[in-house]
Amino acid sequence: MRITRKDFLCLSGLSLLAAGCKHSARSVSRPASGAQASTQPVRWGMVIDLRKCREKDGCNDCIHACNTAHNIPQIANRAHEVKWLWTEPYATVFPAAQTGYVPQSDAETTVPLLCNHCADPPCTRVCPTQATWKRDDGIVMMDWHRCIGCRYCIAACPYGSRSFNFEDPRPSIVGINPDFPTRTKGVVEKCNFCEERLARGLKPACVNACPQQVFTFGNLADPNSEPRQMLRELFALQREPELGAGPSVFYLV
Amino acid sequence: MRDRVWIFVGLAVFVATLTCPAWYALVHRKASSQPPNLQMPANQKECVAPAGSMRAAHIQMLIQWREDVVRRGDRRFVAFNGKVYEKSLTHTCLGCHNKQQFCDRCHAYSGVSTPYCWSCHTDPQSIARNAP
Repeated sequence: MRITRKDFLCLSGLSLLAAGCKHSARSVSRPASGAQASTQPVRWGMVIDLRKCREKDGCNDCIHACNTAHNIPQIANRAHEVKWLWTEPYATVFPAAQTGYVPQSDAETTVPLLCNHCADPPCTRVCPTQATWKRDDGIVMMDWHRCIGCRYCIAACPYGSRSFNFEDPRPSIVGINPDFPTRTKGVVEKCNFCEERLARGLKPACVNACPQQVFTFGNLADPNSEPRQMLRELFALQREPELGAGPSVFYLV
Repeated sequence: MRDRVWIFVGLAVFVATLTCPAWYALVHRKASSQPPNLQMPANQKECVAPAGSMRAAHIQMLIQWREDVVRRGDRRFVAFNGKVYEKSLTHTCLGCHNKQQFCDRCHAYSGVSTPYCWSCHTDPQSIARNAP
């Protein structure tokens, strides 16, 4: 059979039309599933209510829970110290937010500190191996497999949230928790917003451990979430917001 | 033919050098052609993949799991038989296998050095044993 030029052009045109129809039919027939696939944006954040915190009375349940959950070594030498959740005096944390007359300015008032999981984290920009990066849900993650221990991120973090393992942490861990790995000498570590607990549908360890419900954890991208409601109603402080990193941790004073 | 002695001495040295690993093994009784006596899991009959591919490529699977969990947050593994497992060295692998009686024995037999996984990842069974 000989095919004429006219037949060939007709056939090609029909094939193209059929392919186009199939494509558009497929995209039209499944709009609902497509809408489901694009999930709501998530940005995990935390509101810390300093008015409720009983740290002054000697409570450190949150720090203890974090240390146990993540196998954080207790190293006496302050130069080698590893910390994920710790406290500092109010005057050091918010040097610009004190009048000398508010109760928080009291030298004894301390503030629980952790990684701010910034909106625009400076630490992830400087990491040469992408061992630290910002996840889609806002958590600034660490991949200890990739960390080469250059400590650029420690230099970049304006909040001192990162610690370096100058020594093997294992001997300094009180009772190893088998559910979480330890780290090794030569890697940087920091708070991971309990990413491993969030994956199981749990709240971070500090949130659950606090007897006073000081910590409120939730999705900052959702206007109806608990932290967003609190931030709408009350005035909150962020640590050094002028640096532009956009911390996801807020403090009520 | 005056060099006959030297030729035979040289040959003897050559053969001795060539066969020295076998002699060494015989003297030290370290290596054996007998497969290692591995302790198999008591609670499970099937692994997350057929035994042959686990033997050949468990490290590739572990690396894949590591990338999935840490970098993509994907912890769900659907096995060849449709079973769903958590991608976890501590919970899934060591939930059945005994590190010392399984992993370490075969690594020692094959002459593969202990990987540095264990400088961070812990063996839950040895932790339970050492707990006071």
